[in-house]
Amino acid sequence: MNVIEHDDASTAPARRDRDAAQTPTSYEREPVHAHPPLDDAGYKSTRLRHPRTPLVYLPQTITEITGPQLGPQRVSENDHDLTAQHAGEPIGERITVSGRVFDGEGKPLAGTLVEIWQANSAGRYRHRWDRWPAPLDPNFSGAGRTVTDAEGRYRFVTIKPGPYPWGNHHNAWRPAHIHFSLLGRAFVQRLVTQMYFPGDPLHPYDPIFNSVRDERARERMVSSFSIHGTQPNWAAAYEFDIYLRGPGATPFEEAH
Amino acid sequence: MIFPTTPSQTVGPYFAIGLPWPEGPYAVPPGTPGAIRISGFVYDGDGDTVPDNMIETWQADTEGRFADLYGHGGPARLDGFRGFARCGYEDGDGSYEIITVKPGRVPGPGDALQAPHIDVSVFARGLLHRCVTRIYFADEPEANAADPVLHSVPADRRETLLAQPANDGYRFDIRLQGPGETVFFAL
Repeated sequence: MNVIEHDDASTAPARRDRDAAQTPTSYEREPVHAHPPLDDAGYKSTRLRHPRTPLVYLPQTITEITGPQLGPQRVSENDHDLTAQHAGEPIGERITVSGRVFDGEGKPLAGTLVEIWQANSAGRYRHRWDRWPAPLDPNFSGAGRTVTDAEGRYRFVTIKPGPYPWGNHHNAWRPAHIHFSLLGRAFVQRLVTQMYFPGDPLHPYDPIFNSVRDERARERMVSSFSIHGTQPNWAAAYEFDIYLRGPGATPFEEAH
Repeated sequence: MIFPTTPSQTVGPYFAIGLPWPEGPYAVPPGTPGAIRISGFVYDGDGDTVPDNMIETWQADTEGRFADLYGHGGPARLDGFRGFARCGYEDGDGSYEIITVKPGRVPGPGDALQAPHIDVSVFARGLLHRCVTRIYFADEPEANAADPVLHSVPADRRETLLAQPANDGYRFDIRLQGPGETVFFAL
């Protein structure tokens, strides 16, 4: 077998051709209720921010089925460990959050960027406009990044975020959650969501969580506790798998 | 489809602690010759600016090639071309900017060539799902007239998709709701 080394200029295009042949050229259209409506009476901030005119159908062209290579260059050593970004450890319940990123056919997405951000254990964000009187933690910034491995796996070490009040309605509280941002491999797969924790008593009262009307769909945003993943005398494990849009049936039409 | 997608949720008001970074708005390396700045404001239904907006863009290089992870569309020819920009501020005034190049033409539905365009995702507190639009260029009237996507948009709303030439590049405002509401797309 010939092994070609130090010859990126000739092998890289061949690899790209192969990868392009193995990745989808169209993505399935999603059902109407796959995502929450942009106009949601319970979540007040949608009132002046949702388009009133119906969306226009956009055919999936080469611009939509491609996506950025924003991976390793955005990730540095301690980005996956939110408890190791400062001189000391943050206060709170140390946890691991891990899972896999799949497409709608259950194929793992390797090498895709996963970004998270969250409040500290007291429910306070390190952000200029978070004015709720809970303490900031000098050892917690609340942002993390990683890239999925060959099996689509990601893993973060962090502390469990606290719930916090907000001004949406009288006595409104957000359940504990971690924000997730995924690029996938195509513009059409881009997803921003929130991961919730199992058994949180605030779930029934949160308009953002309940903006997803279908109960089974809501459950897809709730992580599960894993005793098997939990590390003795160290950290409780939560698992959260994420599904991005899968391939569609209609191939992309190349111009001739 | 075997597995339904994970539902979308809003980025909320505090995304700036995690998502933007100083070079995020650069789809091309700083100092790229011929780079242009596309900027504007995001407005809500009262005509007020949306200070906690985050904009992402994705596009081809000047020759219509993509810096795609999997090689679709042929490799980008422009050195260091990322084709992706992200702009959002912790303490914003509702404006955004990206620094990029005007993309080349790429194939569209059937055999039609598309006019130069940039795909845009709008995120904000109050948006439970991103809003997707496209930036076209007002100084490309011939290409725009032949563009199949622009053609599918009602004629009296096409103007909302046109970036207008400005001193240092182009101006493109995004109106989420109300008079002059930007055309948003279903993907």
